[in-house]
Amino acid sequence: MSNSATDHAKQNAKADTPTRTVRFRIKRCDGPGKPSRWEEFDVPIGPTENVISCLKWIAEHPVTVDGKATTPVVWDSNCLEEVCGACTMVINGRVRQSCSCLIDQQAPNDGDVITLEPMSKFPVVRDLWVDRQRLFRGLEKVKAWVPIDGTYNLGPGPNESPAEQHSRYTMSTCMSCGCCLEACPQYHKEEDEATWDRAFVGAAIISQARLFNAHGAGKVLKGERLDELLGVGGINDCGNAQNCVKVCPKEIPLTESIAAIGRAVTIHSIGRFFQGG
Amino acid sequence: MSKSNKRVIVVGGGLAGLSASIRIAEAGVGVDLFSMVPVKRSHSVCAQGGINACNEVARQQGYSEYQHFDETLYGGDYLADQGPVLEMANWAPNIVNLLDRMGVPFNRTSEGFRDLRLFGGSLFKRTHFAGATTGQQLLYALDEQTRRFAVEGKINKREFWEFLWPVIEGEGDDQRCVGIVAQDMRTMQIQAFRADAVVMATGGCGIVFGKSTNSVICTGGGASRCYQAGAWYGNGEMIQVHPTAIPGADKCRLMSESARGEGGRIWVPRKQGDTRDPMTIPEQDRWYFLEERYPKYGNLVPRDIATREIFDICVNEHMGIGGGNMVYLDLTHMDPDYLTDKLGGILEIYEKFAGEDPRYHPMKIFPAVHYSMGGLWTTFTPGAYRPAEPAGVHNPGDEAPAPTDVGEGMEYGAHNNMMTNIRGLYAFGEVNFAYHGATRLGANALLSCIFDGLFNGVSVTNYVLEGEPASSPVESVPGNVYDRIVQQEQAKQARLLEAAGEGATDDPAFNPYTIAAELGAEMTAASTVVKTGARLEQCLEKIAELRERYTKVRLGDSADWTNQSLSFTRVLGDMIAMADVIARGGLLREESRGSHYRLDFPDRDDSRFLKACVAEFDASSGEARISWKDVQTSLVKPKPRTYGKEAKNEPQQEKVAAGS
Repeated sequence: MSNSATDHAKQNAKADTPTRTVRFRIKRCDGPGKPSRWEEFDVPIGPTENVISCLKWIAEHPVTVDGKATTPVVWDSNCLEEVCGACTMVINGRVRQSCSCLIDQQAPNDGDVITLEPMSKFPVVRDLWVDRQRLFRGLEKVKAWVPIDGTYNLGPGPNESPAEQHSRYTMSTCMSCGCCLEACPQYHKEEDEATWDRAFVGAAIISQARLFNAHGAGKVLKGERLDELLGVGGINDCGNAQNCVKVCPKEIPLTESIAAIGRAVTIHSIGRFFQGG
Repeated sequence: MSKSNKRVIVVGGGLAGLSASIRIAEAGVGVDLFSMVPVKRSHSVCAQGGINACNEVARQQGYSEYQHFDETLYGGDYLADQGPVLEMANWAPNIVNLLDRMGVPFNRTSEGFRDLRLFGGSLFKRTHFAGATTGQQLLYALDEQTRRFAVEGKINKREFWEFLWPVIEGEGDDQRCVGIVAQDMRTMQIQAFRADAVVMATGGCGIVFGKSTNSVICTGGGASRCYQAGAWYGNGEMIQVHPTAIPGADKCRLMSESARGEGGRIWVPRKQGDTRDPMTIPEQDRWYFLEERYPKYGNLVPRDIATREIFDICVNEHMGIGGGNMVYLDLTHMDPDYLTDKLGGILEIYEKFAGEDPRYHPMKIFPAVHYSMGGLWTTFTPGAYRPAEPAGVHNPGDEAPAPTDVGEGMEYGAHNNMMTNIRGLYAFGEVNFAYHGATRLGANALLSCIFDGLFNGVSVTNYVLEGEPASSPVESVPGNVYDRIVQQEQAKQARLLEAAGEGATDDPAFNPYTIAAELGAEMTAASTVVKTGARLEQCLEKIAELRERYTKVRLGDSADWTNQSLSFTRVLGDMIAMADVIARGGLLREESRGSHYRLDFPDRDDSRFLKACVAEFDASSGEARISWKDVQTSLVKPKPRTYGKEAKNEPQQEKVAAGS
């Protein structure tokens, strides 16, 4: 075996030679309470590029189309494989992960424009980075966990059929990206924390409640989850626009989850009525 | 258990950090959990294939915990201390049971039992899986339990906080970790935190190589900062290059070994530069080179071997697809519905990022940097199993020489288990150098991360409740020990921001992103699949040049709010220090072992190098001082690692077998 690793690296560099340019329009903001502004960058495009590789290029060359020196764009990202949910933003008006937004698909021609904006339903931290802590707060509210008896050695979990596993697995691929909340007409950003905490929790949270209600041991908290979703900001705030399921990158059947929880909540509340609850 | 006033800091919220947090908090010790990302977005989500554990089906076919242990040592070319590996293999079935109870949707058989798949380095089905996103599913289960503990006030999560430096009191051999200094990535506030013990669970260092399968935060910065503060780094040169990834402009995306475990076949056209559509190339014109060269393991040879063979085919033989650096990973002979059920997650990744459906088109893949077997050096207390002579060859069905009771391989609860050379500073998960030796077997990473958290979390608890912190609590450590590190980090930041100016990075010599790209290209070229002494010396010269340029680095953002450029530029210095450890260890290890292949020293040399490579930071030069420590080999006698290689019926004659 010869040591031609260097040649190999060079060969790769040559293959990445740009063939065209795409213009990025990026909505920027220096921090909470600061005004927004638009900046434009012309980015040379090679093969297999995505929005992430273009933002990296801009970080290395932070100069706008007007020749104005600026700062690298701030954005949230981690896995770059569309499994962590971090790099979600609004691209040409549609909410999605930026890592799986391939330039050859989104902007196939020389001079095409790609517009990047932060998600609008969460507070902006800086530029394209938003604070999605409210989403995780929702998971706390519906107790999205199996209340195990500790980490001691207590044997296996409950058996389940392949069909049950398949249904739970699909729901469990939710990466808390927030696409379904961005697209939902009933989900709003509230400046006041307490008000926001009582506002609609959104499809992702409702689906997680369904996921844990479907688990052999997780369903012990089913009543508490349904109580939460019966209350203010729960299932009754859903306007049935069905946008959530259209934008979910993992194709989770969110509207089925909403319908299933809707039925469960009805049965639960009738039960409570007869128990004088 | 009663609640104590002791506190432990865990840095990193992947599988190792979360399992440690849960285990320690459960014992009544408060946990402060620091993470650069919401823990649910940690790099563990990228793990795809599964988690290994002996199970009842395999057991009845002759498999055992002991064989899992034996396979892991053989896979790692005997570079790992053996006791911890035995303990991990013995615990594996219980760990899978616990994850099952937490609600992980493991794939099921028609009877409702957990399904199993074949994985590299084993002839038995011993890999449990949840679709092809097992890491994601395991992380979510631990994230959910962590959230529950956070609501109950037992774990205090600090997300979007970056670990900057450990706080260490004492000098020389008498050093003890008493907390950390960290920065809020939004407000940029730098603050010290006291802790009776600190667990580093910060993962690997793939970003040192530029493009890898790793996530953006896997810079190795956390490990490098501990190393520069005096912790030893072990086996840095042992970097796993995964055979099958999709090359991309921003990163290389992993295509799991499970694709081969479920029947995927690696091939290239037998005719060089064959431009036909792969689906029209008949069987006799396809070269299934792994199956031919390794009839026993076929496509499921360990990763370093598959990687070297693919590299050999493309780079040396020029037999890659269309003459380029790609080979086919083919699933098209299998039932599409079966594939969707077992591999849906990774097929979707290929479809989204390469634009073709792998159910109907062979995937085009090439190796990429994937995992760091090396990491912070750690110690342990050996367990009860102490045979008079190390065991010889173990065959399926043989009676296992070692029992599976708790504490046979490593003493349960011993304070020093997976503690670094600095008292009170632990390393768990990928950042720990234990377990995987010179190559990690597929589906052993998730296991080692969770094993560290659960088994060695008890060691941390015992240390803070019964060890030094019990008699000498951190509350009594003078404040100036902490203030000194805060000032050090503030000064470092001020120095970087002084040179900052908008758009001022146009001189590539001092542009942090350019320096990082050059570092990645150099490390990938010199220090991955095939290494030589001469090339590594050249690499060290390049690292020295980059270190010098880094002292004059100019970043393009001077903001005092959410300054990502500052964070990146700061960690770039730490990545350069880490690159030096990796390249220098590779230069001095004059042998070939597991993932470390030296063209100029092609054989394993147990007499000189059956030893851990230990790097200590020399602050005056910024370079590593290397020494060698004996490996525990008292349980199993090392044997040659061949995986039954054969050479026959190859398209070109007189070929020198790769890696032989």
